[in-house]
Amino acid sequence: MSDQKAKQENKGLSRRQFLTYALGGTGAFMAATIAAPLVPFAVDPLTRSSGGNFVDAGIKESDVKSDFPKLIEFRVHRKDGWVEENVKMRAWIIRDKEDKILAFSGACTHLGCAVSGTLDASGNPKPSDDGKWWFHCPCHGGRYDVYGVQDPVTPPQRPLDAYEVKVEGGKVLLGSLNKRKA
Amino acid sequence: MLKKTYDWIDERLNITPIWRDVADHDVPAHVNPANKMSAFVYCFGGLTFLIIVTQILSGMFLAMYYVPDIVNAYRSVQYITDEVLLGNIVRGMHFWGASLVIIMMFLHMLRVFFTGSYKAPREMNWVVGVLIFAVVMGFGFTGYLLPWDQKAYWATAVGAQIAESVPFLGVYIKKLLIGGDILGALTLTRFFAIHVFFLPAALLGLLGLHFIMIRKQGIAGPL
Repeated sequence: MSDQKAKQENKGLSRRQFLTYALGGTGAFMAATIAAPLVPFAVDPLTRSSGGNFVDAGIKESDVKSDFPKLIEFRVHRKDGWVEENVKMRAWIIRDKEDKILAFSGACTHLGCAVSGTLDASGNPKPSDDGKWWFHCPCHGGRYDVYGVQDPVTPPQRPLDAYEVKVEGGKVLLGSLNKRKA
Repeated sequence: MLKKTYDWIDERLNITPIWRDVADHDVPAHVNPANKMSAFVYCFGGLTFLIIVTQILSGMFLAMYYVPDIVNAYRSVQYITDEVLLGNIVRGMHFWGASLVIIMMFLHMLRVFFTGSYKAPREMNWVVGVLIFAVVMGFGFTGYLLPWDQKAYWATAVGAQIAESVPFLGVYIKKLLIGGDILGALTLTRFFAIHVFFLPAALLGLLGLHFIMIRKQGIAGPL
């Protein structure tokens, strides 16, 4: 009698503990089986890579000047779930100090309002009457120079986001929009 | 007639103890505005729940007409407002109720805080309350997008940018939240599902816990 008891104490796992593990494990397995399709379903957007492709900006490389930015409009074919559309987008384009083409968005990096360039009555770019600040944001007074670099004493804390630029066959192609370092 | 019906049910389910617990217990003196005028602050929790109930009801009925896709969302809301019988009123209940529930919840939170009712043994209930607060904020954020007008779109864009500002994980949180790279069709459906299914499930679960704990522990004592 006492031999049997001693044996049981040495085994270490009681029937109650075993059942708890077995039932708990089975329950966890069943929950995981239900969750298995649901979790990937919910996080599907994380598995999709964005754009990466370049679109025709509708401007020739030779037309990009280095004095003032030029406003260009182009269309991007975009897939949003089951919706496909050709979205109209705008960009400012200029040659930088190293003569490379720089294209950036007009969305103020503060809260997204569209910045205005310094234009004359007929819509052509003209020299700024505000020192080197050529872009002005109507919302909170943000200012940027001709290369889209912000005035640090105004709300925006980083330059206007820049597009990736490629030149093919004399035409300018624009890729994804990226933040520029402050 | 009513008594007969009640008796019939009570014979089978013995619901009288439950009824006694909910309806027949005395309002403690320090909580009773009839006793002490300033005790009206103890009503805020119940009022918050009342407005939540109207939100759920008005929301359910709005869902009979609202369409959560980018082509029809705005137009369906317009239909509700302009053409459905008393549609303007039901939409109004939901619209104003949304702001009221936030205000009521804050007043309730302030009462709990300033009466020290979050202290032991009620710590868990306070935590559940904070979770309810987060869920209700989620309701406000997701519901705001549903009319799919300019205000809705840009408010959500700003909110998504804030989510994106979280270090390291921000980009993924934003992508998961808006259903992709851009705020579009997938965002609207995702927000609708969260607003109408996920958050209500979470809310009902949390409210259940909240009420069970209160009934079990009783309202906090006088100051």
